[in-house]
Amino acid sequence: MDPGVVDLSRLQFAATALYHFLFVPLTLGLSMMLVIMESVYVMTNRPVWRVTTRFWGKIFGINFVLGVATGLTMEFQFGTNWSYFSHYVGDIFGAPLAIEGLMAFFLEATFVGLMFFGWDRLSKLGHLIVTFMVALGTNLSALWILIANGWMQNPVGASFNPDTMRMEVSDFGAVLFNPVAQAKFVHTVSAGYVCASVVVLGVSAFWLLKGRFLPVARRSMTVAAAFGLASSLSVVVLGDESGYALTDNQKMKLAAIEAVWHTEPGPSGLTLFGYPDTVARETRYKVEIPWLLGLIATRSLDGTVTGMSELVLKAQERIASGVIAYDAVQRLKANPQDMRERARFEAHKRDLGYALLLKRQMADPRTATPQQIEAAAWDTVPDVGLLFWSFRIMAAIGFAMIALFATAFILCSLRMHMDARWFLRLAVAAIPLPWVAIELGWVVAELGRQPWAIEGVLPTFLATSSLSRGALWTTLAGFTALYGGLAVIEVRLILAAIAHGPEERNDQPAPGPIPAAIPVTA
Amino acid sequence: MFDYEMLRLIWWALLGVLLIGFALTDGFDLGVAALLPFVARSDAERRMVINSIGQTWEGNQVWFILGGGAIFAAWPFVYAVSFSGFYLAMFLVLAALILRPVGFKYRSKRPDPAWRTRWDWALFVGGLVPALVFGVAVGNVLLGAPFRLDGDLRAFYDGTLLGLFTPFTLVCGLLSVAMLVLHGAAWLSIKVEHGPVHDRARAFGTAAAIASILLFAVGFAFVAWGDMGYRIVGAVDPLGPSNPLRMTAEQAGGAWLDNYATYPWMMALPALGFAGAALALIGIRSGREALAFAGSSLAATGIIATVGCAMFPFILPSSIDAHSSLTVWNASSTQKTLGIMLFVTLVFLPIVLAYTAWAYRVMFGRVTADAVRTNPDFY
Repeated sequence: MDPGVVDLSRLQFAATALYHFLFVPLTLGLSMMLVIMESVYVMTNRPVWRVTTRFWGKIFGINFVLGVATGLTMEFQFGTNWSYFSHYVGDIFGAPLAIEGLMAFFLEATFVGLMFFGWDRLSKLGHLIVTFMVALGTNLSALWILIANGWMQNPVGASFNPDTMRMEVSDFGAVLFNPVAQAKFVHTVSAGYVCASVVVLGVSAFWLLKGRFLPVARRSMTVAAAFGLASSLSVVVLGDESGYALTDNQKMKLAAIEAVWHTEPGPSGLTLFGYPDTVARETRYKVEIPWLLGLIATRSLDGTVTGMSELVLKAQERIASGVIAYDAVQRLKANPQDMRERARFEAHKRDLGYALLLKRQMADPRTATPQQIEAAAWDTVPDVGLLFWSFRIMAAIGFAMIALFATAFILCSLRMHMDARWFLRLAVAAIPLPWVAIELGWVVAELGRQPWAIEGVLPTFLATSSLSRGALWTTLAGFTALYGGLAVIEVRLILAAIAHGPEERNDQPAPGPIPAAIPVTA
Repeated sequence: MFDYEMLRLIWWALLGVLLIGFALTDGFDLGVAALLPFVARSDAERRMVINSIGQTWEGNQVWFILGGGAIFAAWPFVYAVSFSGFYLAMFLVLAALILRPVGFKYRSKRPDPAWRTRWDWALFVGGLVPALVFGVAVGNVLLGAPFRLDGDLRAFYDGTLLGLFTPFTLVCGLLSVAMLVLHGAAWLSIKVEHGPVHDRARAFGTAAAIASILLFAVGFAFVAWGDMGYRIVGAVDPLGPSNPLRMTAEQAGGAWLDNYATYPWMMALPALGFAGAALALIGIRSGREALAFAGSSLAATGIIATVGCAMFPFILPSSIDAHSSLTVWNASSTQKTLGIMLFVTLVFLPIVLAYTAWAYRVMFGRVTADAVRTNPDFY
């Protein structure tokens, strides 16, 4: 494979996925908050809650369309740019994507039209149900895409078939109930809820500081404080580190995040800060909390976190074993009926992917020398410095969110949230933080997965389409221009909507009464 | 349960259902968007047109997204080879489609006429370009795509973006545009109140119906006498593993008509294409709008099914390598995945259809100039 094409394909996927995920968390969280606000409206029948719901619905709408627009790219990008990946694992990976469309996208997309246009055509309860369906759809879509992503991290329930040269499903239940996927789902949707809570909190704080739209701002802040506190606790406590002990690669990811170069007797200490030196393969200037990592990662007092050096040794063995599987596959290609080769393949098939790592250095892994195998084994170590720091910043923001919402919750409970101006300023300043944490979270998850596209199965550099660099530069430039322009427009529209506030906008004043035209600037 | 052969046949048919579902639902959104700058002149008129699809287009678009996901799940080879082989064409489609959600939503956010005009043209591009490229792509699938698979089943391609545009594929592209514009015009005639927009929609619908009939006939002539088509050489194992390299195909002029010779009842499909367009024409001219919409729906169904049945069992033939063509028998998922996905489809598709129907019922009725002016929820 042309390394330039691989790098450009990765760059495009990273850019479009990270961009897509600027909009998704807000969609996930705001849809839930709309359900909460509208429920209060239906229960109390107070118009101010209708105004509140409709205002946040407007923000939801501006954000939602970009999530949809950029999601289109994601649905097809596996085929356009990761053609070999699509062939190699389509038998398993395609199913959750298709189910996502059938079960989740139809739900959210059909009901979102009714949510925006159905206010005067549905009963109050009917509209609430519609809003709930939208929230259910968005959250279900997160479930299915994370089942797909979780399978890339921990490919259970499937094995390689030499007759079709691809992975095929053996246990669909295992794919569905993949523990990595479950942990990722809870962590990811909670992060989305936090993101939306921070936005609602920050915008309400902004209005309170300016003394505008007070009834809506006060109520919005209360909802955000309660929902945000629960969500921020959930996102940290149910962080997806619980899945890191499962497989060699997940162990490698954990070791890289914590910069554990060598296995140490348990319980391991948690390195708060330090400088991971990737040349000397040690971490300098460590500030360590004893026992804590062992507690978090192994949920025990005597468990250890396996070091990267030990994991590399294991990878070396698996590469050697994988070469035997690779050899058997080549012979089976010539003669599918060869029972002896099939038995050899069966004995070593779970290491086949490791032999493919050698393809970075040579066309035929069977010709590898021990030195080349060792080099390929070290390829299984991801970018330690990047993971180490990304994780720490993400985690620090997570804890800061808990503090922020705990403060907000206390202030709201004491009804002091309108006067604590220091806090209101802090809440406005905090608005960008969840996005930083969320994007870094994806950096940890996906760069921590390298060098694999599918952990232990298919290296990333083999997964691309056979495209030209020119074609990739064309689409990269096109997406950058399109996405860049749309981002500017979206931010401007959201800021304008916030400045305009929850009053109903209508550029051609209506002769008749406008629903819910109540004073909101009390 | 069904055997592997039966499941492959079912999923071939479901591929058709998906494409037809997309054409019948999102198809009219594409057609309406392509017509937007021409059937509506003032801002008020354009808002009527936009709001005729504003509430429901989003759900319709999921047919396209589901198409991607379902092809991935059931026909992974097709997903892997087609979207990467038609890489830049696919980029054009995606870029155009990305303009739609934002266009619908953002256009009404500012009253500035220049702002709104720009989004009108963005929506026009978002309707016309996908309609055109989808047709051109189908034309290229009929001709065979220039790809080959190596021993590891990795796909390689010859060919360029401009190479996709030949006289035949352009006819296919224009047919696709005409068919969807007809469908969009029929939708508009149902959905907007009588007045100038309605009259113009009828005029464009008339032209599109005639163009559809002519272009379908020209396309048919190309397929019959244009030295086009593929045939499988040797035996096939409909129960065998999905590995294209274990089969050979050859180019054979006129072979796309083989199935019609073997199964004469299939001639009903092209007949449906012509009859549907004629029915739509009659409906539009006589003011029977439901008939017009039913006609345009039948036309799209007939035209798409005609292509599918002509090619069976081929899904994506290769024009440069005899061993690489993708067929119903060599490009599917495993029996297990096809079975699971069939079960999921049988459970969820009826639910989807039920709530979609309900959503249309809630939004039933013509969009009036008055409503556009007074309803604060309208785009």
